[in-house]
Amino acid sequence: MTNPAAHFKQVNHSVTKVDAKQLALGKNSYVGDFVPSDALIVKMLWSPHPHARIKAIDVSKAEKMPGVKAVLWHGNVPRNIHCTAGQGFPEPSPYDTFIFDTKVRFVGDRVAAVAAETAEQAEAALARIHVEYELLPPVFSIDEAMADGAPVIHDEPEAHVPIPIPYEPKKNLVARVGCEAGDFEQGMKDADFTFDDTYETPYAQHCPIEPYTSLAHIDSAGRIIITTSTQVPFHCRRIVAQALGIPVQKIRVIKPRIGGGFGSKQEILLEDIVALFALRTGRPVFWQFTREENFRTGRTRHPIRVRLRTGVKKDGTITAIGMDCWNNTGAYGGHGLTVVSCCGSKVLPLYRCDNIHFLGLVYYTNLPVGGAYRGFGATQAFFAMESTIDKMAEAIGMDPLEFRRKNHIKTGEGSPVFAALGEGKEGTPMTVGSCALGECIEKGAAAIGWQNRTDWRTKTGRYRRGIGMACLMQGSSIPHIDMGGASIKINEDGSFNLLVGATDLGTGSDTVLAQIAAEELATTTDKMIVYSSDTDMTPFDVGAYASSTTYLSGEAARKAAADAKRQILKTGAEMLNLPVDQVVCQDAHVQTPDGSQKVSYGDIACYALYQKNQYQIIGTGSHITEKSPPPFAAHYAEIEVDTWTGLIKVLKYVSTIDCGTAINPALCEGQTEGGTLNGISYALTEQYLFQNGRMTNASFADYHIFSMRDKPPIQAILVPSYEDTGPFGAKSVSEICINGPAPVFANALYNATGARLYEFPFTPERVLKAIQAVKR
Amino acid sequence: MKKNPHTVTFTINGELKTFLTEPDEKLLALLRREGYQGAKYGCGQGTCGSCTVLMDGRAVYSCLLYAMQAEGREIRTIESIGTHDQPSEFQQELIAGGAVQCGYCIPGMIMSATALMENETTFDDETVREYMDGNLCRCTGYEKIWTALRRVLDRQEAAGKKK
Repeated sequence: MTNPAAHFKQVNHSVTKVDAKQLALGKNSYVGDFVPSDALIVKMLWSPHPHARIKAIDVSKAEKMPGVKAVLWHGNVPRNIHCTAGQGFPEPSPYDTFIFDTKVRFVGDRVAAVAAETAEQAEAALARIHVEYELLPPVFSIDEAMADGAPVIHDEPEAHVPIPIPYEPKKNLVARVGCEAGDFEQGMKDADFTFDDTYETPYAQHCPIEPYTSLAHIDSAGRIIITTSTQVPFHCRRIVAQALGIPVQKIRVIKPRIGGGFGSKQEILLEDIVALFALRTGRPVFWQFTREENFRTGRTRHPIRVRLRTGVKKDGTITAIGMDCWNNTGAYGGHGLTVVSCCGSKVLPLYRCDNIHFLGLVYYTNLPVGGAYRGFGATQAFFAMESTIDKMAEAIGMDPLEFRRKNHIKTGEGSPVFAALGEGKEGTPMTVGSCALGECIEKGAAAIGWQNRTDWRTKTGRYRRGIGMACLMQGSSIPHIDMGGASIKINEDGSFNLLVGATDLGTGSDTVLAQIAAEELATTTDKMIVYSSDTDMTPFDVGAYASSTTYLSGEAARKAAADAKRQILKTGAEMLNLPVDQVVCQDAHVQTPDGSQKVSYGDIACYALYQKNQYQIIGTGSHITEKSPPPFAAHYAEIEVDTWTGLIKVLKYVSTIDCGTAINPALCEGQTEGGTLNGISYALTEQYLFQNGRMTNASFADYHIFSMRDKPPIQAILVPSYEDTGPFGAKSVSEICINGPAPVFANALYNATGARLYEFPFTPERVLKAIQAVKR
Repeated sequence: MKKNPHTVTFTINGELKTFLTEPDEKLLALLRREGYQGAKYGCGQGTCGSCTVLMDGRAVYSCLLYAMQAEGREIRTIESIGTHDQPSEFQQELIAGGAVQCGYCIPGMIMSATALMENETTFDDETVREYMDGNLCRCTGYEKIWTALRRVLDRQEAAGKKK
């Protein structure tokens, strides 16, 4: 097969990231770099209790403190129920949040806010707010939340869900979703071996190095300008309007450069407060979370319990897969349903099986709030699935690599799960187009030295090595829900302003979209001036989530470029006195195919802007997707386990990925390496520790994320395929890679020692206990 | 608001300057207030390194130091390193290698690397890790930052040996 990517001049090349230089030079780029000197500083009084009613609150002393300009609390703000999750509208999440409520539901919930001249003055004022709490019995686990007579966390009468999905707040039930295909029970009966295992995944925080940060001011026309570190500027505008009860028209949201998000900034946690303070005071208002607040109040990865029941025949046929998930969404329900849906929809289709059962249940607890986090449910469920796949392979005496190769989904195949599970509604039936998983498996196996893998029973001594693997998939955008828009206009020198609603939060999407537009326009990426995400200036886009930017917004950028190209061709032909069907675009010129007559884009722009039949050459495009083509990956690691201490040392990690055409290979590798290391860190060290609902390790000193010293060698291998429905063959790259490390290490630990863990992080203590329990 | 009469005088990127400050003001806050905004707030606890600057040639966490501790010292920030026309060698490698994702940690990384390059003459991996360990990045997995830095260091080592 010829490689369709071979003739690309802009895409599929590691073009320099458009913002790399300004960032490397440390130029003002982020929200915190644009704070006016007269800005007020916000500090929030957070709930010290996991569950309590606010019986009385007195802010009068705080209001009189030096430097204090305003205090906000439930008695002086609008009471409009809303959802803080930035999702499609109406959201598939409950409306269960007020700007301030008379109840607090987790340690870190809002009580009252102060805006003062300095941070110190604001802090001092917080200490003068008097609050009388009526403590309520807290709910700290899924089991407690589900129990008969459990304390009701959301008893406010306004709580509801804006689309028709199950929601029973009186039972702490946030959502229920399920699907059945074939006959699961019969499939279990038909199996030679059956398995019934329960896995648990922990809380984690995204830990972008830039914490949540927002700035608001009132412009001369009286509008609220919010400059904020967000993945979802348009959702932000809508949600702030909803919470404050003002029209969208009154608000402009600007996204500058973002210091990382990984899903955490798909949530509106600060913007309503800075906007309200700006309205009340007329002053610019700045709020940045401390690192501790980022951990406690910021969004987290939902901890999920996954029960997996499976059946397999001796010949390697999987006869049944049953997955039940219990999702702890914490004190508020945003993303609860969609995360648990993705446990099924992004995991179950990977292996061929006729008999499938899936049930996802989501419950409130009085713990930190779950949200979107790279991997989005797939991370949690793949830990269960890929651990069990290894167990099945061992039971039938098949190499786990062969077992996966035999059963994984391939081009042209579908899954009943695609049609059954969507985001708050049924999904979209689809068959897999591009799939290079087979090649990923082979290349990864060669890179890790799979052929040298030996059974754990042969291993002795203090340090034992093991090799593990996992296969993964994700999606690319949410079909028929996500929409991206772009516009592009030409300037006198043949440069272009590319305006996109898509939100570059450090991922490099501005560069990727510029490459796509440049490829379509037959010019070079350096001619693109990219401006992303400003609700006054750029077209709409749902934002950066659901692995959608390259696949969805990329196609919008391509369509906009194609629209501009038609106009450029028309004007170029007019200038050359030729029919439009006798000219082409090449190397930033409109020309005859042989190049004998040509006119540059710069001259075409000048002609169109100044000389004759003047008009603005401007293209627009928007895009929705019909399917969500999965990227695929095979991950491998070799680890060394110290059987005296339980310490796991990662010797090498191999992340292969099929992301279709890699629009920018260097950036795709960067996504893969970064996501993989985040997954490694999550699997080995990251967790929330609690005491009476209060996180006790809310700092980088006590919640360890991997540093350059901790980093094992990570080899990213891009395995090309061509996705016909994506821009120049691309599909997504960003999320999938975080799903691998937990199951890979679980399998490698088993291969090293015979110990299997159903819960992570794989701390030395936990590993040691498991090793000691192994009977040889 | 009552003005505090405290001042602090130090050399900043080669210029001797005097700043108004407060006894409890952190160096990071002063620098950012005075327009040296390349140093970032990431944790305020000396754990992430995004606030890293050089004090008398040593990489320090400016979020932990009080501004007054800089009295009489020589402070250098990212603003002294590279320009749009002429980025530093490490900056060029970072840019060319796709090592800058969100970029929030990058100024701190560059300052730590500057301390490494100025204080050491040989750059074995362990020494490099020691200098760079205090700068967290959540985007890149460090692979491309490491590669970019290694390229610069290998060239410097080779040049040093020639001398």
